[in-house]
Amino acid sequence: MLQRVYDWVDDRLDITPMWRDIADHEVPEHVNPAHHFSAFVYCFGGLTFFITVIQILSGMFLTMYYVPDIVNAYESVRYLQGEVAFGVIVRGMHHWGASLVIVMMFLHTLRVFFTGSYKKPRELNWVVGVLIFFVMLGLGFTGYLLPWDMKAYFATVVGLEIAESVPVVGELTKTLLAGDPEIIGAQTLTRFFAIHVFFLPGALLGLLAAHFIMIRKQGISGPL
Amino acid sequence: MHRGKGMKFVGDSRVPDNKKPNIPKDYSEFPGNTEAFWPNFLLKEWLVGAVFLIGFLCLTIAHPAPLERLADPTDSGYIPLPDWYFLFLYQLLKYEYASGQLTVIGAVIIPGLAFGALLLAPWLDTGPERRASKRPIATSLMVLGVLATVYLTWESVESHNWEEAEAQGEMLDEEEMEAAESVDMEAAGYEIYSEQGCIGCHGDQLQGSGAAGPPIFDVPYEPDDVADIAVNGIGEMPAGQFEGSDEDLQTLAEFISSGGNPEEGGGEEEESEE
Repeated sequence: MLQRVYDWVDDRLDITPMWRDIADHEVPEHVNPAHHFSAFVYCFGGLTFFITVIQILSGMFLTMYYVPDIVNAYESVRYLQGEVAFGVIVRGMHHWGASLVIVMMFLHTLRVFFTGSYKKPRELNWVVGVLIFFVMLGLGFTGYLLPWDMKAYFATVVGLEIAESVPVVGELTKTLLAGDPEIIGAQTLTRFFAIHVFFLPGALLGLLAAHFIMIRKQGISGPL
Repeated sequence: MHRGKGMKFVGDSRVPDNKKPNIPKDYSEFPGNTEAFWPNFLLKEWLVGAVFLIGFLCLTIAHPAPLERLADPTDSGYIPLPDWYFLFLYQLLKYEYASGQLTVIGAVIIPGLAFGALLLAPWLDTGPERRASKRPIATSLMVLGVLATVYLTWESVESHNWEEAEAQGEMLDEEEMEAAESVDMEAAGYEIYSEQGCIGCHGDQLQGSGAAGPPIFDVPYEPDDVADIAVNGIGEMPAGQFEGSDEDLQTLAEFISSGGNPEEGGGEEEESEE
C-alpha cells in the first residue's frame, strides 16, 4: 500500500532522486561511534539540530499561551508555568534547550575546528556555520527578555547598553532593537518578540538548509 | 540520463517519464566499515536521541525554568546579569582597559577580532594540513580563545552575588500577594503615601521594590513608631523623608501600620487574633 502511494507520487513528481539525495548516503567508519567510540565527537552537530527541533516545537507551543505585551507577558508566562497542564515542562524544555543548544553548537564548532574540517573545499560551509552561531546567540538574547521578569528586563538593559556603546551604528542599532532611543518598554518587548519568533528563525532555517545541502553535496570530511 | 530527442515526459509536465528503481546503494564495497545512513545508522541515532530526550525531560522536571517577579524598571538597585553564555562579554567590559572611555575596545574591537577571525578561519589558516598538532598557530589561538572565554565566564560567576540577586528577584508568595492586592488605594493614607514619595521605594501596593525598599504591608510597628520612622528614618532609610503636616503624618502612620487597610483594622492586628 505504502509502496503504491510512493509509486503514484513518484510517477508524477520523480521524487526518487530527491529521496536519494536526502537519505541514501554512507556513514564512513571514522565518524561512526559503533566502530570507534571516540567518534562521538561527530555527534555534536546532529545533537545541535535535534535540540533546535525541540526548540522550534516547544516554542510553537509556548506561543499558544504567551502574550507579547508588557501588561500580560509576565502573567501569561506565570499562568503557563503554574496552571497549564505540562506547561512547566514545555517552558522548561525551551529554557534548558536554549542553553544546551549553545553548548552543543560550541562543541560542534570545536570538533570542526580541531579536525581541520573547515579547510578547502568546505570553507563556505564553515562560514554558514559561524553565521548560524551568531543567529543562535541572537535568539538567546531576544528570547531572554520575553518573560518580562526582573532578570529578563535588566539583562536586556545591559545588553542594549553594550550595543549602544558601538561607535557610529550603536545608537541606531539600539533604536532599531528597542523601538526608542531611550525607553526600554512596550515597544522593545514586541520587537524582541517579532525578532525572536519571525526574523531570526527565518534566517536560521535558511542557513540550516544551506548547511545541510552543502554537507550532502560534499560529504563529511575524511579521516585525519 | 536520457538527453536530446525522444525524451518522454509525464503528461504535459517537465518531469521525465523514465522510472529509476529505488534500491539503496550497496555500501559493502566502500572503504572501511561504511554503513548506510538509511535505515541502519538512522535507527541507532534514533535510539541515542530517545535516551537523550528522556534525560532532557528529567532535567526539565527536576529543575523548572526560573521566573522572577514582574519587571520593575524603577528598581535601580537590582544587580543585572545576562544569560550565562554572554557572561564572558559582560565580564570583559568590567576591566579597566575595556570599559569607561575605552568601552569600544571591550565591546567592539576584542569581540570583533575574535569572532571575525572565527568567521574567516578558512582563509587565515590555508595550509593543507588538517591535524591540530600540525598547525600550531591555529590550534594555540583557538585554545587561547576558549580558555579566555571560560576564564571570563568563571570570573563573572565568581564575582556575582547570587544569593542577593535571588532575594532581589524573588516573587511575592501567595499570602504576601494577597496582602498587597488588598491595599486600599482609595484611603486618605494612600494619597499621602503616594504624594510623599514613599511609593517610590516601597511600591504602589506597599510590596517594596527589591533593593530600594522592603515590603511594608505587614510591619510590626504601632502607628507612633511608623510616624517616627517616616520622619527620622531607620536602617538604610534616610531621615527627613516625610515633609507634611502632623495630621497627614498620623493618617499615613495609621494607614501603613494597618497594612494598607485602615478601615478593616489592619494586617498586624488581624494576625495576632488568628
